[in-house]
Amino acid sequence: MSFKLDVDRFRDAVAELIRKASTQLPVDVMKGMETARDNEEKGSPAKSVLDYMIKNADAAKENSTPICQDTGTNIYFITIPEGVSLRKIESAIAEATRKATEKAYLRPNAVDSVTGKNSGDNTGVMAPYYHYEEWDEPTIKVELMLKGGGCENVSDQYKLPDGRLKADRNLDGVYKCIIDSINKAQGLGCAPGVAGIGIGGDRASGMVIAKKQLFRKLDDTNSDAELSKLENRLHTDLNKLGIGPMGFGGLATVLGVKVGAAHRLPASFFVSLAYSCWADRRCTMNYTESEVSYD
Amino acid sequence: MIKINLPVSEADVRKLKMGDEVSLNGIMLTGRDSAHTWLLNDKPTEVRDLLKGSVIYHCGPVVKKVNDEWHFVAAGPTTSIREEPYQGSVIKEYGIRGVMGKGGMGEKTLKALGENGSVYLHAVGGAATLQGQAVKKVHGVIKLEEFGVPEALWIIEVEDFQAVVTMDSHGNSLHKEIKEASDKIANELIGI
Repeated sequence: MSFKLDVDRFRDAVAELIRKASTQLPVDVMKGMETARDNEEKGSPAKSVLDYMIKNADAAKENSTPICQDTGTNIYFITIPEGVSLRKIESAIAEATRKATEKAYLRPNAVDSVTGKNSGDNTGVMAPYYHYEEWDEPTIKVELMLKGGGCENVSDQYKLPDGRLKADRNLDGVYKCIIDSINKAQGLGCAPGVAGIGIGGDRASGMVIAKKQLFRKLDDTNSDAELSKLENRLHTDLNKLGIGPMGFGGLATVLGVKVGAAHRLPASFFVSLAYSCWADRRCTMNYTESEVSYD
Repeated sequence: MIKINLPVSEADVRKLKMGDEVSLNGIMLTGRDSAHTWLLNDKPTEVRDLLKGSVIYHCGPVVKKVNDEWHFVAAGPTTSIREEPYQGSVIKEYGIRGVMGKGGMGEKTLKALGENGSVYLHAVGGAATLQGQAVKKVHGVIKLEEFGVPEALWIIEVEDFQAVVTMDSHGNSLHKEIKEASDKIANELIGI
């Protein structure tokens, strides 16, 4: 049976998804922040910065205002049942986006790269942007990430081998790239961040894999034993760098490391890093013909 | 916590040291990418009195207009290093006593802070709701139509806006210190 899409109802559900993503820090991220704060030394700048961040997240939720003024690139990963119109989905999301901008849940963030003119409503060429998959469930799953510019600017891509890092085409080489990249980023991406890593693919798909990792809960475990080992090793060692919250020094440089992999060409070995700031704003909506839920 | 009323004198700013926590009060101006090139290329006169002795805040806010009056809803700092090519000259040209943003700045700005008696103030990134609440009044906005909301220059009155001095007028930079230490550790971990 084909899925009946009530466009107005879907649009309103997406508007709520945007509001939640902008104003509510995901539960697992909040837990990670609290643990990070508790671990920092008493009286240290790191502890007080983390405390301020947590207070801000609480205040944002309470007042229903954006956690961060940079409400980022709006990136959608959408999974649809067979037959749902992508054009209808996109026009409903665009409308919800304009509405959310009007209500100040989103900052007008779409700038014409040629003229420099801000569209004023967050819509434009590839804004927002969408990735699609299809499944057998009678549900439209919409995962939304608000990816801030500061952390996007420190996101990075390497190709192996890398002579400077003595990094070969293997997981140890990947490890070296990420240590190097997070060290270069210092506090600029609003540490403690989350490192989403894509191994392989081409330059575009490698970064998509990396971004997709950012939807994983911080406390999940990678089903691939090798990648799981790499995640743990990186998580432990990145927090030895001493960069700390906002680069003020401290124990918490990253809250989590998530790694995914894609097939690659024999000639290419890309390592892509999608860095998310601590204000790791993501929310998932499960939308059926009769119900809507958010996670 | 050191209370600073804006505009502030050079002598008071020179007393500030890296690591000092400050609370800002008074009128300051937001300005980021488009603003910095405009300030340098066009040398506008209408901002001179606003900037003299005050703070330029690297911030692109979320704003709301209620009954014809602008309000700051969320107003955290943006990454300052993008203004590194311009900041030193802007400080000198307009007599700015504080540059506020996040992530710190480089050698050129550090030198300008020393030469002109100014400091870099670090506000916590992503803490925009609390920082928006510290903005008590929006007195006006410059270049809104041309630059758009995030890049316009907003004239704001703040009360107890908290920040940390991470670069002072005596050549100290917390960012430089942390980077030098972490570079060593990174090289050890990588094995180079």
